[in-house]
Order: sequence, then structure tokens, then C-alpha cells
Amino acid sequence: MLSEATLQKIDREIAKYPAEQKQSAVMAALRLAQQEKGWLAPETIAFVARYLGMAEMAVYEVATFYNMYDLAPVGKYKITVCTNLPCALSGGVHAADYLKQKLGIDFNETTPDGKFTLKEGECMGACGDAPVMLVNNVHMRCFMTPEEIDRLLAECE
Amino acid sequence: MAILDSINPTLTAGWHRPDVRDLARDTGWRLKDYEARGGYQALKKLFAEKMTPEQVIAEVKTSVLRGRGGAGFPTGLKWSFMPKNAAGEKYIVCNTDEGEPGTFKDRDIMRLDPHAVIEGMIIAGYAMGAQRGYNYIHGEIFELYQRFEEALEEARAAGYLGRNILGSGFDFELFAHHGWGAYICGEETALLESIEGKKGQPRYKPPFPANVGLYGCPTTINNTESLASIPYIIRHGGQAFLDLGKPNNGGTKLFSVSGHVNKPGNYEVPLGTPFAKLLEMAGGMRGGRKLKAVIPGGSSAPVLPADIIMDCTLDYDSIAKAGSMLGSGAVIVMDETVCMVKALERLSWFYYEESCGQCTPCREGTGWLYKMIHRIEHGQGRAEDLDLLDDVAKNIMGRTICALGDAAALPVISFVKHFRDEFAYHIEHKRCLVPPEVQRAGSTFHTRLMAGATC
Repeated sequence: MLSEATLQKIDREIAKYPAEQKQSAVMAALRLAQQEKGWLAPETIAFVARYLGMAEMAVYEVATFYNMYDLAPVGKYKITVCTNLPCALSGGVHAADYLKQKLGIDFNETTPDGKFTLKEGECMGACGDAPVMLVNNVHMRCFMTPEEIDRLLAECE
Repeated sequence: MAILDSINPTLTAGWHRPDVRDLARDTGWRLKDYEARGGYQALKKLFAEKMTPEQVIAEVKTSVLRGRGGAGFPTGLKWSFMPKNAAGEKYIVCNTDEGEPGTFKDRDIMRLDPHAVIEGMIIAGYAMGAQRGYNYIHGEIFELYQRFEEALEEARAAGYLGRNILGSGFDFELFAHHGWGAYICGEETALLESIEGKKGQPRYKPPFPANVGLYGCPTTINNTESLASIPYIIRHGGQAFLDLGKPNNGGTKLFSVSGHVNKPGNYEVPLGTPFAKLLEMAGGMRGGRKLKAVIPGGSSAPVLPADIIMDCTLDYDSIAKAGSMLGSGAVIVMDETVCMVKALERLSWFYYEESCGQCTPCREGTGWLYKMIHRIEHGQGRAEDLDLLDDVAKNIMGRTICALGDAAALPVISFVKHFRDEFAYHIEHKRCLVPPEVQRAGSTFHTRLMAGATC
């Protein structure tokens, strides 16, 4: 269900916790599963549950509680824009509007070619570098003026 | 550059100042650089002088280091709550789940000085007899979580972590746990639930984590900046740290300045520094516009109008006296182009979105608050809404398991108190006091690069 490489990474996470606390690795396991599969399908969640010896519902609770797990398919590039107040004071909303216009989609939508998904984010803890965006949950981009947004979109192949 | 300016820096002294956009080329955080600027000297001194755990805690108490995550609780006192002779495992947990809007200091500590956090955690472990630690890292800074993992590998290879550290007989292991997007996990017991692999929903207190914490074991949770301040305190003494600040407010502190200033960024200044000085260091008001209001301690802290904040000094006591909180030191600056109703609407949405849903007053109340502010902002407010906002907010406060309820209520109460006329204008005239085009122009793209700062 998950590749050997992903399972090895999950095993390394499990090793961080006391032997009887495998469940502590569930957040990392779901993140790694999502990175491999693109999103968390019910069967992926079930697999993670079996792998960690957890009830499926307990894993599902975690997957639905934390914002960055995707329970439905997303575009190849998921761009999350912070529009919270500190970012909004320095162009966060303008950056989101610019992206919406460039991509022709609104928040929570995916371009017809499946390339981009746009999300509205909450505080990423980088307000001094606003506007701030997160690409595929893991790459933070700072000072996202229109020129920088154009550069980012050009980099996404 | 990460720290744009400082006065008497301790935490950030010697930090490299790489371009935040180029993590790969930034190497000043590595072990050899940390050692070159005096890193791990505190740990070596502690072992060489055979300081007892009690002596370490006494130094931290003398320093009057107050929790940098927002609560401002004295760190030394917190450490002394850990049971001394309890059998079994004890834990030290670092709270790097920095998601309070306006706060971005721990990110720079993790980016530029991860070994200071590691050294602080080892010392904390020694002082409290804990042999295992976890650093819970904010979901959105994955790249810095990876960097922390690398720093841990360096520390293990150098013998700073693991068995019999530097021949002292003390064992300590430290691991990184990565979050995945939940503001509530910054609450310490929600954070523990999250490490245990569950939804991050806060626990009832008591029992407090010092008695029943991670996996049911005694646990102390400290903020990243608090722990990163420990090496200085051990190397130079608690009194030296205290003397940097002012009585009851030891040390220097990182202030994250965001919003309508010319140079948003982090600034390290002694506690007790006038707010006006920090504003000047941040390049002053953008476009020379007039200061309207400041949220001095992260979005949960009550807002203060310009005339009040300009008379404050940046320390726990002065800001508390003015009716707000120093909190995490996140200073959100707003100028005259801001519509206070719209600003509050965005913050209220945040608390509604991030309420974990466990307590009814918070789950239902945050939604109710947002709905009312939303309708006022959109010209559908009712005359009775202002009193109702106050009433709902006050009925959330103190009626929830954790402080998120209060955090959602305080902005509402303070915005309505200090800017009531603006809210009333909205209700009466069904539009903003500040024209929308002025608001939009006032909050357009602005970075510190545009103000001429190097990064």
C-alpha cells in the first residue's frame, strides 16, 4: 500500500517514541502517506491504522483535525496563502487576489488541468515576511509580491 | 536579515544574517558556528562546576526569565514544580508551535540558532531530572523541522545528546515532533495530546503537566525562546540576565513587529524599552501615516489605541497596567487606513476556525461572535449587537477548559471598548468609517525589502 521508502521513514518516526507509544507517530505517518499518495484516501488511512495498531477511527480523527491533511485530491501544487490580519496589513489579501486572477480559481478550487489548488491559510508564523505562502505544505515562500508570484508559478512545472 | 536591529543582544548575538529566501545557502546555524559563538559552554560549565539541579533552578529563578510563549509565568518557578524523586520517566517539551497571529520569533530561533534550543533543553532536563525531551515544531515550518533534525544529529555525534553526556553521567535524548496545522496545539496540554497521536484537544487542569503530563509522566513545557535563553543565564548568571531588563522582567526579548511599519521583522531589545523606540527601530510608520492602534502581544492580546501604547514600555508589567498583555511579544501595528471592524472580523474568523470544538461556549461562541462582526462589517448590524458582542464574549471567558476562549473574547471586548464609535458608525450608516479604497491602498504589498532593508 505504501512504498518501502515511506515505510522506512515511518519506522524512523516510530523509533522516536517509547516502544508502547507507536500511536505518537501517527501524525508523521499520515504526512508521509500524503506525500507519497498526494492525498489521504480512506484506504490509506486504514493502512496507516493497521500499520500502527490503531483503530481506524482514531487515525481518521487525527486526519480530520489538522488542517494540512488533504482528505480529497488536490492539484499537483497546493498553494496556501495566509490572509490573517498581520499578513493582510502587508498585502496578504492582494497576493491572494492576484493568484485567484492568474489561476482563474477561488479558494478551495483546483485548476481544470489539475495543476494548482488554492487554499486560504491561517497564521504560518512568518508575519514579518508577508505576503507568505506555503507550497505543498512544506515549502514556505516569503515576500510574495506580484513579481515573486509570477516567478513561483513559472517554477511550477 | 532575521534580526533587523537590537539593543544589548544576548539571544541573537553573533547570529548570521542570511537571506530568508535562501535556506540552502544559510549555514551559520550549524554546530561549529554555534560553538564558535560560545555555544555549549553553559553545559560544559554546569558539568565542570558540578552545579546541582537545585543550583540551576535557583539561577533561572534569579534571572526572572518569564515564559516567552505568552503567559509570562516565571520559568524557574515552573521548573521547581516538577516532582523531585518521582520514579519513572520525566519529560521536557519545547513548544515551537508558533501560530499566534503576529508572532514569528521562534521561527528565526529555529532557523538561525537551533543548537541554543537543544542546549537549553539539555540543561532543563538536567535541572528537572528528565532524560527525554521532545520539541514540537509548528506544521508550517517543515523546512526548519528538517533543519532541527540535522542539528540533533550534530549534537548526538558530538556527544551533547545521548548517554553519559560529556562524561557527566547524565543521559538525555531529544527528538523533534512535527505538527500539521492546528493553532490549538500551542496550548500546552493540547500539544501533549498531539504528541500522543491524538486530536489536539486541551486537557483539564489539574492535574497539571508537572504531575501528569506526556504519557502520564511528569512533564514541563517551555517556549522555544525561553529555552534558548537558558544557556546565557547559566554562562553569565541569573543576575546578569535580570540586569539586562528591569525588576520582575528579566532579560532581553525578541519582538516580532508586523503590520504598517516600514521594516517588519524581529527586534531584540531589553524588557522595559519604550514602545516608541521599537517603532523607531522598525523604520517608523509606513508612508509616514498616523498610528491608530497596536496589538502588543499577539492577536489574543487586547488592542491598545495609539495614545495609550505610545506611553508604554515593553515589559509584562507596563503593558498589563495599560490593559493588555505583553504575550509573545508580537506587535501588530495598524495605521489610520485600518477599519477596526474589518480587522476584528478577520481575527474572529481565525478563532472560530481554530476552536477545537471541545467546550460549548468556545465552539458556539466564536461562531456567534464572527457572525455578528461579519454582519456589522457588511452593513447588516443591529443596534443591540454591540452590547450583545460584549455579553457573548464575557460569557465565553472563564468558561472553557483552555485559554482559547479568552483569546477569542479579549480582542472583541477591547476593539469594541476602544473603537465603539467606529462600530456604531458601521451599524448606523451601513458602511465603513474608512473608505474601502483607502483601506485597500493602505494594506497593499509591502515588504521590508521595499523599505531598503537587506532582507
